[in-house]
Amino acid sequence: MTSRRRTTIFAAVGLALSMLASILLLHHIDEIRPRATISDALFITSPKIIKRASLGFDGLMACIYWTRTVQYFGHHHLLRNRSYNELGPLLEITTALDPHMIPAYQFGASFLAPRPPNGAGEPVRAIELMKYGIKHNPDNWHLYYDLGFVYYTELKDYKKAGEVFEQGSNAPNAHPFLKILAAQMAEHGADYATAKMLWTATYESNHEANIRQNALEHLRAIRVDEDVTMLQAAVTRFSQNTGRLPTSLFEVAAAEHLRDIPLDPDGNPYELSLGGQVLVAQPDDFPFITKGVPPDYKPGPPKFHTHP
Amino acid sequence: MPAIEILGLEKTYMVGFWRKRPKRALLPLHLTVQDGEIFGFLGPNGAGKTTTLKMLMGLVFPTAGTARILGHEWTEPEVKAQIGFLPEQPYFYDYLTAHELLNYYGQLSGVPGKDRKRRIDEVLARVGLTDIKGVQLRKFSKGMLQRAGIAQAILHNPKLVFFDEPMSGLDPLGRREVRDLMEQLKHEGKTVFFSTHILSDAEALCDRVAIIHQGELRGVGAVADLTSSVQGKVEVIWQGTEVPAAMKALGADCHITGDTVRAVVPETQQDAAIDALRRERIRLIAITPLRTSLEAYFVEKLQSSQTTAGTSA
Amino acid sequence: MSARIIHIASNTFREAVRDRVLYNLIAFALLLSGAAVLVGQISIDIERLVVVDLGLSAVSLFGIVIAIFIGIGLVSKEIEKRTLYTVLSRPVRRWEFIVGKFFGLAGTLVVNTFFMAIGVFGALLYVAHKFSASDAFILVALYFIILEFLIVCSVALLFSSFSSPLLSAVFTFSLFVIGSFAEDLRGFAFMAHGFTRWLATGAAYLVPNFSALNVISAVAHEQHVSAQLILQNSFYALFYTAMALFGAVLIFERRNLK
Repeated sequence: MTSRRRTTIFAAVGLALSMLASILLLHHIDEIRPRATISDALFITSPKIIKRASLGFDGLMACIYWTRTVQYFGHHHLLRNRSYNELGPLLEITTALDPHMIPAYQFGASFLAPRPPNGAGEPVRAIELMKYGIKHNPDNWHLYYDLGFVYYTELKDYKKAGEVFEQGSNAPNAHPFLKILAAQMAEHGADYATAKMLWTATYESNHEANIRQNALEHLRAIRVDEDVTMLQAAVTRFSQNTGRLPTSLFEVAAAEHLRDIPLDPDGNPYELSLGGQVLVAQPDDFPFITKGVPPDYKPGPPKFHTHP
Repeated sequence: MPAIEILGLEKTYMVGFWRKRPKRALLPLHLTVQDGEIFGFLGPNGAGKTTTLKMLMGLVFPTAGTARILGHEWTEPEVKAQIGFLPEQPYFYDYLTAHELLNYYGQLSGVPGKDRKRRIDEVLARVGLTDIKGVQLRKFSKGMLQRAGIAQAILHNPKLVFFDEPMSGLDPLGRREVRDLMEQLKHEGKTVFFSTHILSDAEALCDRVAIIHQGELRGVGAVADLTSSVQGKVEVIWQGTEVPAAMKALGADCHITGDTVRAVVPETQQDAAIDALRRERIRLIAITPLRTSLEAYFVEKLQSSQTTAGTSA
Repeated sequence: MSARIIHIASNTFREAVRDRVLYNLIAFALLLSGAAVLVGQISIDIERLVVVDLGLSAVSLFGIVIAIFIGIGLVSKEIEKRTLYTVLSRPVRRWEFIVGKFFGLAGTLVVNTFFMAIGVFGALLYVAHKFSASDAFILVALYFIILEFLIVCSVALLFSSFSSPLLSAVFTFSLFVIGSFAEDLRGFAFMAHGFTRWLATGAAYLVPNFSALNVISAVAHEQHVSAQLILQNSFYALFYTAMALFGAVLIFERRNLK
């Protein structure tokens, strides 16, 4: 074998092995420093400085920061982390670099405002973000929707929400539901029907996976809340009429002449506790329910579903 | 054992950007160079001389064919310790001095440390580079660079030396020195293989030559044979302005210049011509066989459309 | 064999040192460290942060530029200018040439970094008036920077083995930029689908991950760097460099030198 042949074989084998080794090592290194990019990224939290440092490549940096934001959120969500401290700065930097990055505002509306563990718990900051977005994109009806959404869901300020929906309905190509929602806010702000309309609107008008997921969970929760409220009222009527608590929901159904007892969105029957409380079979499957949970319930890790 | 045996080396390049067409830089070459001779590799620019040399040096890989150098496969690294190479228009590391350059090359060639310094001084003196201690190569003239190139080629006392256009960039004095050096190398028992397009140098120096044109070998042979009296004529020069009748009878071509006459007669008539002059007591100045110049041979070979490829000599 | 590699390496080193471009860049980097001191005085309480951040970034960036210039200059140019002919006509294997060049370049950069590091520590001493224990991690950052240089050198050699000086410089620099965003590339890959995802993931793993080797911000904030990270990064740099050099050898072995 000529020396050239030998060198070729040795080098080819060496190349393959060292490539494999470096890829494996890189994988390991990633595991050691999972959040490193985010922590590094946020040593500078001022959007102005980052904008200057981007040397004109604002758009590219915005994309990069947006990617990091989504990764960051996904990472924390899965860990049921109770803090999303970096979400605000990340979104602010992203939108400072690119004020027209609409998905960022929508993300902010869905996840910056809600309380932990579902969000960063900063509704005021979220509202500032939305207003900034509207200032730079006054013809985008979706941003008005997002702003109204925050007023509605977190601040429960139905009046303000209605005003914003009204404004938004005047934007070009506005979705018809804005006018409807504006009208609903006035009289029926707290109704389940309105809430359902809102979350359905969010689900249908967004493409981002996390936001849709979130809307879905809320819709499921509303259905449970509705069912439980209805059933609980029936139980109360039963106990008022008969002077005792019902032994099962069948009794209640019979007394009310209901054709059938509603099942929860997963197809499981609701339960009746000894104390006469209507309960959901698996509270863990419904992250946002406000009714039908036992008093000492502690939520476990989130379970996500893909169908309403 | 021949110093170099080229066995069918050929090189075809693919040129062009999109559709690559083959360009044959060298057709299959068969050539032998004997030990201890000065061999000239002649041809016009672009004939394939440098391609051949580069293939022998392992800088370019042949499309086909092999070669043996000093009895070994030409690709064996050990062979390189016994050969020296001066490339065309060499370029060296600008920031080194000649001493440093030679020291570096000496290290790479495996010249032992103790001998290196001595050999460097010897070799520099031999090529006529004196008073250049501490001068960086970027300050050297073309002629000086050429000498440095020769120095690095012979530094490690190789048995076989390859020169690619060694006279390029040299003034007549420099060329003379290089020619003398090549003669010396031959006397030391080394083989010299050099390529050139300057025929007078080849004629003066070489034992044998090969002529190559457009990638093809057109002729090989000993210089003496190639330039031997093809015409079979001799030139006779004598004092005076008269032409003896006997000379005229031989059918000689006579020219009178100043006070000498020059006549060309057939070789067979050489003795008769001498007698004719002696009878008239005319003073003979010179008799010289008329040779074809190498140049004429060269031009003839270049113009011939038939190939003489495959002739080994 | 190994002697020849050492000779080639030391010749490369000598050439780099005598090339005056090098001196200018060192001076420039030192100048920048001086500027860092100035900036530090303007914003109180963060002088140390600015000196370390700016100083180390300058060492890194200028080192990369030097690595590219010299890396390309000493190989691609050598091939183009044909100094290589007289070297390869000697009993030097082609792979020895590549390896020798690499060590010469690496050696040059280490020495270079050493001098620039003195500048950074000098500036640090000036603003902080003393060294603290956490300053030891600056050495770690510098070590990682040297690892970056090794990777860049090997990549520059890889490109030089087949491409012209200008293109080699462009490719190497591009790979450096992409490598600095390697983790974001992986983020993009994660969000993509189908073929794009495979392509992006492949690229993300093959591109040298310079962000993993960049601990400048962490060190500036006086944070610890884990021993495990140091070890893994060292091996990563080792294997990546080896990969690039093997590639360079494979290509160079076959190259026809016109």
